[in-house]
Amino acid sequence: MFNLKTTPFHERTSALCQPQNWRKWAGYFVVGSYEHVLDREYWAIRNAAALIDVTPLIKYIIQGKDAAALLHRVTTRDIHKMKVGQVAYTGWCDEDGKMIDDGTVSRLEDRTFRLTAAEPNLRWLTMNAVGMDASITEVTDDMAALSFQGPNTRKVLNLVCEKSVDDLKYFRLMTNKIKGVDVTISRTGYTGDLGYEIWMNNKDALKIWDALMEVGADYGITPVGILAMDMARVEAGLFMLDVDYTSTTHAWIESQKSSPFELGLDWTVALDKPGYFVGRRALEREKKNGSEWKMVGLAVDWVGMEDIFKRIDLPPQIPGSAIRASLPVMVGNVQVGYASTSTWSPLLKTYIALAHLQRPYYEIGTDVRMEITVEHHRQHAPAKVVKLPFYEPEWKKK
Amino acid sequence: MTSNQYDAIIIGGGHNGLVAAAYLARAGKKVVVLERRPIVGGAAVTEEIFPGYKFTEFSYVVSLLRPEIIRDLELPKHGLKILPLPSTFTPMEYGDYLAAWDDHDLTRRELYRHSPKDAEAYDEYARVMARAAKAIKPIINLIPPDPSSMSIRDLMGLLKVGQYAASLKEKELYMIAKLATQSSADLLEEWFETDALKGTKAASGIIGTFLGPRSPGTAYVLLHHYMGEIDGAFRAWGFAKNGSGGVSGSIYNAAKALGVETRVNSSVKQVKVKNGRAVGVVLENGDEIDSKVVMSAADPKRTFLQFVEGKYFPDDFVTAIQNFRTRGSSGKVNIALSKLPNFTALPYKGNGADSVLHRGAVSISPSIDYIERAYDDAKYGQISKRPYLDMIFPSMIDPGMAPPGQHVMSCFVQYAPYDLEGGWNDQKRDELGEAVIATIEEYAPNIRECIVGMQVISPKDIESIAGITGGNIFHGELLLHQIFFLRPVPQWADFRTPLKGYYFGASGAHPGGGVMGAPGMLAAKEILKDGVI
Repeated sequence: MFNLKTTPFHERTSALCQPQNWRKWAGYFVVGSYEHVLDREYWAIRNAAALIDVTPLIKYIIQGKDAAALLHRVTTRDIHKMKVGQVAYTGWCDEDGKMIDDGTVSRLEDRTFRLTAAEPNLRWLTMNAVGMDASITEVTDDMAALSFQGPNTRKVLNLVCEKSVDDLKYFRLMTNKIKGVDVTISRTGYTGDLGYEIWMNNKDALKIWDALMEVGADYGITPVGILAMDMARVEAGLFMLDVDYTSTTHAWIESQKSSPFELGLDWTVALDKPGYFVGRRALEREKKNGSEWKMVGLAVDWVGMEDIFKRIDLPPQIPGSAIRASLPVMVGNVQVGYASTSTWSPLLKTYIALAHLQRPYYEIGTDVRMEITVEHHRQHAPAKVVKLPFYEPEWKKK
Repeated sequence: MTSNQYDAIIIGGGHNGLVAAAYLARAGKKVVVLERRPIVGGAAVTEEIFPGYKFTEFSYVVSLLRPEIIRDLELPKHGLKILPLPSTFTPMEYGDYLAAWDDHDLTRRELYRHSPKDAEAYDEYARVMARAAKAIKPIINLIPPDPSSMSIRDLMGLLKVGQYAASLKEKELYMIAKLATQSSADLLEEWFETDALKGTKAASGIIGTFLGPRSPGTAYVLLHHYMGEIDGAFRAWGFAKNGSGGVSGSIYNAAKALGVETRVNSSVKQVKVKNGRAVGVVLENGDEIDSKVVMSAADPKRTFLQFVEGKYFPDDFVTAIQNFRTRGSSGKVNIALSKLPNFTALPYKGNGADSVLHRGAVSISPSIDYIERAYDDAKYGQISKRPYLDMIFPSMIDPGMAPPGQHVMSCFVQYAPYDLEGGWNDQKRDELGEAVIATIEEYAPNIRECIVGMQVISPKDIESIAGITGGNIFHGELLLHQIFFLRPVPQWADFRTPLKGYYFGASGAHPGGGVMGAPGMLAAKEILKDGVI
């Protein structure tokens, strides 16, 4: 009441959080970083096994005869085609085809789905469910979730789980048991690496955490905070609500809104799916006419940036974590867009950014310049428009 | 007689009068403010009724004080500090409570406890209201054009409003049309299911009106409160250091520094008229003061029906002013406390110095029906048996308001009708005080043992002490037919009056009441525009 909630893992996470770096996430406190610098946590994601508390993710269970029809109507994916055990990433739009939020839909049973979201959507879902046989229950506070990310995670899970996860394909889920406790494991994540998300009842949370930490010790398991994950998700080309785009429900003006096409989610918009879905007409129109904007990757040219620093006799300087600040992107003297998140990629050794560019500048290979601050002065470093994701290891989907 | 010759005389030393005077002086004009009482501030005063306990007697929060006034008059340099009032706490009838904290996530958590649906609707509602407020705010900020006039200024003004309306999206237009006609109860029932939430929200739709939450038009009043919201962090909302007297005090200091002369104990009897122009005033004591223009910062009835002989105004103007609704509906109970009342829904430990709820507002508004029932009493001339209360504990926000360890409490109470059956007298005033204490007692049973002293202010007292006809806190109800180009009367919403040289810049003028200062500022700017001084 006077404080935010803590997650069911708090007893463990709070004991490990050395820098007292806590972040607010959907009404919870979660660890920003466990260590004073992010390096080890970041590299756990890319090289070992990162254990991330993602409990605050908003979760709904949608159940009933019309559960599939409801999600089919609300999201842009063809939900009727989904098999039990399948997970689909999707955005959902308002009537004008602009994004409200994004998350994953999991078909747990024929008539039972789990929807995750960044923001509360109960009201929106309920409004769309009028006359349908579909119950919508928020389970955010009842269900704990761990994101387990990195190349070693499969080995650890195979040791700790009752059933092997070898056959669990990308964006599929399975039920399993850890130390006799029922869990759902989905092969999903927010890092673009091999990874899983483990869903469990709150009461089992510590048991699962302990089991993973114990078995994972030999495989470099590392509790990781959301700041290191923020760097990894940019490398993976994954965006974040309220950082990289504004929900239509928050936008003050039209230009703040984005369509799924503008965010590069063309592959999630099933215009060929049967029947009505919210935003369909507007999306069809946009598909035909092309999009004014596009979210793309920017890779800053290191040599070009080095030159700018060199002019005042400084070596290049880059912050050690992702920057959630809007940075103007220029062509000539004209601003053609902005970067919404930028980060140093420790793996690629490149300064990268998620950027929103106007037509025609969003074409791959376009040369642009992105704002950098060099010793209190604003400068523009040369950068190139590149395809997303910046990084995709072969084992991500294998 | 040089000392009695001014560019402008301002009648009334309330915050609007002082603001107008300061703006005129800032433009190099010689200005005198005439105040009836021995102190300035009008209804924004802080007085030590019991030694050591300071009461922010009438108005008690700063809601929409214009940031440009704060900057233009350098009010912080002259003592203005607006302190945060971070929460609203509504005790419920069955022992629980509903709270809105200053943090978004905390508030969502708290609402979620009562209704997950409401927790989400709350955000969306706030955004819809803020958007509607954003949509109509440019209109509010205009000098209201008169739609029947053919003058260039009015036509240009109307054109602006028209262009603006045309720029609105259809959805926004519908929303505004709906908000303008609905009752706050209808509006809130579309959004929420928790009674205490609806009650608390509905309360802000009735403040200063003689309407209940089920009366059409009250939804607009709710929207009016969001005008401040859309300025986000820039808005001046909270409790002024030293109470509302702290606001007037800083404006007074600013005005004085700019050369404004203020005379207290100077009750104006009449405005002097020569050749169809206002040329000064005559005081009750017979003194005469001359000026090129006169601005009244009193309420519309006194401004037009008392200070000026009726013959100088057209008949229909006088009739319109007579019809202007100024029904007072609220009172105020100020209490000196030896300790803080302890609310059973969230009891404090020790002496309550760290009680979070006491740092914010406590609202007795458990449901819409509760408030509507309170209105039912008032409709037929009775004090509400169980009134709506909006309480704050100024000493918890500004410790200087009471002796160390002691407290003061400010209770806004509605309904207390001005036209009480049988009229107001000492016994009735005691009844009002008792209704308030008995109501508080239901949620904080130890209230009676905390009381050191108590001041009960009826609408009749607001009239006699602060000089506001009818005792309406906004000098005239904030009703749809009394705002914008209709405030105070059609054709005369631009701070000018049918009497040349006589201006009107108080809460009864556009854009209305609250410790906002806008009418005073806008009137001063119009006076300067006319180029007479």
